[in-house]
Amino acid sequence: MIARVFIKPKKGVLDPQGKAVHSALGKLGFNQVRDVRVGKYVEIRLDTGDRDAARSGVQKMCDTLLVNKVIEDFTFDIADD
Amino acid sequence: MTRARAGVIVFPGTNCDRDTYHVVESTAGMEVDYLWYERKTLRDYQIVLVPGGFSYGDYLRAGALARFSPVMEALREYADRGGLVLGICNGFQVLLEASMLPGAMQKNKTLRFICREIHVRVERSDTPFTLLYRKGEVLSIPIAHAEGNYYASDETLRHIEDNGQVVFRYVDEKGGVTAAANPNGSVNSIAGLCSAGRNILAMMPHPERAADRLLGSEDGTRLFLSIKKALR
Repeated sequence: MIARVFIKPKKGVLDPQGKAVHSALGKLGFNQVRDVRVGKYVEIRLDTGDRDAARSGVQKMCDTLLVNKVIEDFTFDIADD
Repeated sequence: MTRARAGVIVFPGTNCDRDTYHVVESTAGMEVDYLWYERKTLRDYQIVLVPGGFSYGDYLRAGALARFSPVMEALREYADRGGLVLGICNGFQVLLEASMLPGAMQKNKTLRFICREIHVRVERSDTPFTLLYRKGEVLSIPIAHAEGNYYASDETLRHIEDNGQVVFRYVDEKGGVTAAANPNGSVNSIAGLCSAGRNILAMMPHPERAADRLLGSEDGTRLFLSIKKALR
C-alpha cells in the first residue's frame, strides 16, 4: 500500500514561503491568485495489505515525527500500490 | 575547588560544538566533554549545551530528527531533575521539536539565511544564564540561521509572557522593539526563551561567537560567566 501525506501550514500561521510565491506569481502576471500556502508531500510505501493497520500506522508517524502540530496541519490517504 | 563539568552535545551535522567547547573551557574555566548523540546518561554534568549547526542536515524540519537521538531522552530526564541546559541556534530548534520549550520555528520572513550582528535586550537577569547582565541591557551578538522565526499560538504566547519566560528580545541599538530590528519575523521579537523552572535557556543568537574581542564583540562572555557563578 502507499500512503500520501499532505502537510500544510496551520490556518492562521503566517507562511513566509507562501507569501513569497504569491508575490512572485503576481509579478509574473497571475493576478487571479488570492492566497498561496506552501506545504510538504510525503509518500510512504508500506509493507502491509491491511488498510486499517496502514491507517493507524501512518497516523502515528504523523503524530510522532512527520508533522509539527504547533505550526502544521495534515491529511493523508492510503491507496493500493 | 573542583571545576564545574560541562557537556556539549554533538549530533551528526552539529558544527558549533568546537566554538562552544572552547568558550566554555577558556572563558568559564569549566571541564568540558563532547557528548555524542548516542549517549544515554548525563549524570556527571552540571550544565549541558546543545550547540548550533545543522543536525541531521535539517531534514524534514530543523531539529526534528535530532530530537529522537538517545541523548535527548537523557537530556529530558536531566532537565526534569533541574539540570541546566543551554540551547543555541540549532540547539533552540531541537529543544522546541523535543517540546522541552513551547512553540516552533519557521523559515525567516525574508526566506534567507541571515548571518550578521544583531542587538538583543536582556529581559531577565534572574536566570542562571543572565545573572551578570543588567535587565534592559542591549547586547550585540551575531545570528546565523534560516529558521529562527519563532512562532507560538496566541494562548501560548500570553502564557510565556505572563510567566516571564522571554529572556532576550530583538531590538534596535537603543533597545527599542521595532519591526525593522526583528531580523526573522519572530512573534513578540523573541530571541531567547527559558523554561518555567528557569533551568533551560534557548536562544537563536550565538553568544559563543561574541566572547572574544578579536571577533568583534564580547557581549556573550557574561552568559558563560553567569553559568559559572550560578554553579558555584
